[in-house]
Amino acid sequence: MQEGRQPILELQGITKSFGGVEALRGVDFALLPGEIHGLVGENGAGKSTLMKIIAGVHAEFSGRFLLDGQEMRFRSARDAHAAGIAMVHQELSVAPDLTVAENVFLGNQPTNRLGLVQWRRMAREAGEQLARFGIDVDPTSRLGDLPIGLQQLIEIARVLFSGARIVILDEPTSALSPPEVERLFATLRRLREEGTAIVFISHFIEDILRVSDTVTVFRNGRKVAETASAATTKGALIEAMIGRGGEALEHSYTDDLVLPRPSDSPAVLKVDQLSLARSLKDVSFEARAGEVLGIYGFMGCGQQELSRILFGKLQPDAGTLAVEGTLKTFASTAAARRAGVALVPESRRAMLFHQEPVYKNISISILDRIASLLLKPAQERDIAKRQVEQLQIRPPVVGLDLGMLSGGNQQKVALAKWLTYPPKLLVLCEPTRGMDVGAKNDVINIVRDLRAKGLAIIVLSTEPETVLSLADRILVLKRGAVVREFKNEPVSKDRLLEAA
Amino acid sequence: MASSETAAATGQRARGVAPFLRSQMRNIAPFLTLIFLSAFFALASPSFATIDNLGNILTQVSVTGVIAVGLTFVILCAEIDLSIASIANVTGIAVAYFTLQDSYVNIANIPLPGALAILLSILLCAALGLVNALGLTVIGIPSFIMTLAMMQIAAGISALLVRGQIAYKVPGLISTLGSGAIGGIPWIVIVAAIMLLGGHLVLTYTRFGRYVYMVGGNREAAEYSGLNVKLILGSVMVISAVCSGIGGMLGVAHFGSAQQNEFDTYLLDSIAAVVVGGTSLFGGRGGIGNTIVGLFVLGVLNNGLDHVNIDSFLKILIRGVILLAALIINVYAQRLREKAAE
Repeated sequence: MQEGRQPILELQGITKSFGGVEALRGVDFALLPGEIHGLVGENGAGKSTLMKIIAGVHAEFSGRFLLDGQEMRFRSARDAHAAGIAMVHQELSVAPDLTVAENVFLGNQPTNRLGLVQWRRMAREAGEQLARFGIDVDPTSRLGDLPIGLQQLIEIARVLFSGARIVILDEPTSALSPPEVERLFATLRRLREEGTAIVFISHFIEDILRVSDTVTVFRNGRKVAETASAATTKGALIEAMIGRGGEALEHSYTDDLVLPRPSDSPAVLKVDQLSLARSLKDVSFEARAGEVLGIYGFMGCGQQELSRILFGKLQPDAGTLAVEGTLKTFASTAAARRAGVALVPESRRAMLFHQEPVYKNISISILDRIASLLLKPAQERDIAKRQVEQLQIRPPVVGLDLGMLSGGNQQKVALAKWLTYPPKLLVLCEPTRGMDVGAKNDVINIVRDLRAKGLAIIVLSTEPETVLSLADRILVLKRGAVVREFKNEPVSKDRLLEAA
Repeated sequence: MASSETAAATGQRARGVAPFLRSQMRNIAPFLTLIFLSAFFALASPSFATIDNLGNILTQVSVTGVIAVGLTFVILCAEIDLSIASIANVTGIAVAYFTLQDSYVNIANIPLPGALAILLSILLCAALGLVNALGLTVIGIPSFIMTLAMMQIAAGISALLVRGQIAYKVPGLISTLGSGAIGGIPWIVIVAAIMLLGGHLVLTYTRFGRYVYMVGGNREAAEYSGLNVKLILGSVMVISAVCSGIGGMLGVAHFGSAQQNEFDTYLLDSIAAVVVGGTSLFGGRGGIGNTIVGLFVLGVLNNGLDHVNIDSFLKILIRGVILLAALIINVYAQRLREKAAE
């Protein structure tokens, strides 16, 4: 930490608990003006809770909160905003039906004396702001028509240029392509020169080390380390995060990895010339039993649409889809499920019932196998208990509401839904996104087990590490088309990024 | 509800009593309202708290109760059905239309045997429900608008059938169930009780019932779990229409006549019963148990206001205010529940 500068924000002895569980225990945190402060820690370590306290989302906590040396309390996110604190949340929160300019000026459109919106001025200024960020788009175009990565950059740009003195970025790079990340970093550095204090939360430790001045590590609600970024390494940070030798767990995948010979087992799924509007162009591939097929590409490359087509949520414009040699057109997700296809989407929220107990979440997809008319709750619970034991879901209480589980455990429940009666084809979107190292490893082991049982598995991800850690064969998807297939050959993060 | 409540209880035990009470607010608040209203009217009027009057209340809420069974399914799925009263009306009129009327009734109707008349009437309301279902699921019209249109369509069919006249005769079975009694208990109360019980059993103990709760709790998740969401939504619209139709036939027998606009007040009453009872307007929470409490709150309120000396025009305003209060509690309970689950 640089000496001689007054912290703009200082927290002392912050403790916060949720229903008796302590999420933060006596945390001290100081933020200097003109500093980029990286935060790392496993899921549930307390990073997000601390940031939500700073951003006024959580108003109840104990400890001292000093802004510019003055003790104060925010009662709401509005208060924090008024004090110059802005946060970009992990999930995209834009208005897709409004124009780019309207999104940039959301909530504070320039108006004339009569209170009418000055559309031309708004478009011009939005264009100028985005240009400073290196984004060249027509400010009058509809935001929803742009690629996801660009939408995310525009949202970040809006917050960065809102005049806030303290900006909190929660996983800002997860949806961005490498050149977009570079642009973001350049902008962050410029804002740092102007005196803005920036908090940067990420699972990508390389990103944190590259852009931040200081790194703070959280573990189990405590701050366990704070060091200058220049004076630490990825290995040291991972070790501090998980409290054991981390090198073995977090494979970096920078070296070549040799993919095995393609399996000659029968094709479970055969996709031919699949096309969908502007998302997919003539996509053809096969998925074989006992093989993990990885599909890699940047955000917006068409992965999401492809996975939805496989599960009957979207209908393709052209092309065919065959399961075990039989042509299928899935009119609904129920039809896909009956044909033996299962999907775990990238968002857990999209497939889990947060206000229902764990066992109902696990049994919902298989109820027709265990109950024809009347429910059999005892059997449902038994099945759920077996899955909870096998996947080591914590806490192991099947009657607990799902919302009370941590993110990683929720992801395991999402998998457990499909495992009692394994499908023929399992489609996993971003199976390890946002997970801590330990939970990631658990998921990787579960997927390997399933492969050994002869399932055909497709893993779609925008994170090269995810695909590299799981796949036997890798397709690279670029702007809706398959541009490269890696099989029985060396592959690395660099090679994947290059192909995409 | 029993099983899900115990499940919730085990889940919450470790977290103390206050969060549990907060998460159960939607079940507790209507019950307290009922006790409060009953106590108030019992003190305000000596004629209120009598066995006879309890019978009155039960009879008065029976038709609403039958209609509310189906509506509970719809609201649990986070949809709405505004055509319930119109469908009740047209089904009641249809069953009279297919029955031989006295010679002074000036309606060009088609008299049929009683069983056939009942069957055709049920088919009519089921068909109207199916149109609602198809509009909602296949075409994708929001249920609010779809059933608003159906409200007009059903009213139109009613108008065409009776052409401003009044019919009086209904098949014997309907007449008995609607206005007869057995051992001093009106049949209509027994029918309402059986339908409420049936609705409860379906929602609590069958696979379909579970699907209704899950679709209402998180429709996207239900789809990603491989449920046929459209089939489930379509089914609840048909169930709602058929329950309304049965309520309509019983109602016509109970009132002793079948005519236009006879059921207009039942739209608001049925929605109020379900919502006042605490079933979440956002879907997935509540059930027939809640609807029964809601029915009693409404019944006690309507009946009690007749027992105390009060301006009959003021009654309407009071009912509106009570409904608003229930809506506020409903939305607030949802928020508390979400907080508890965070």
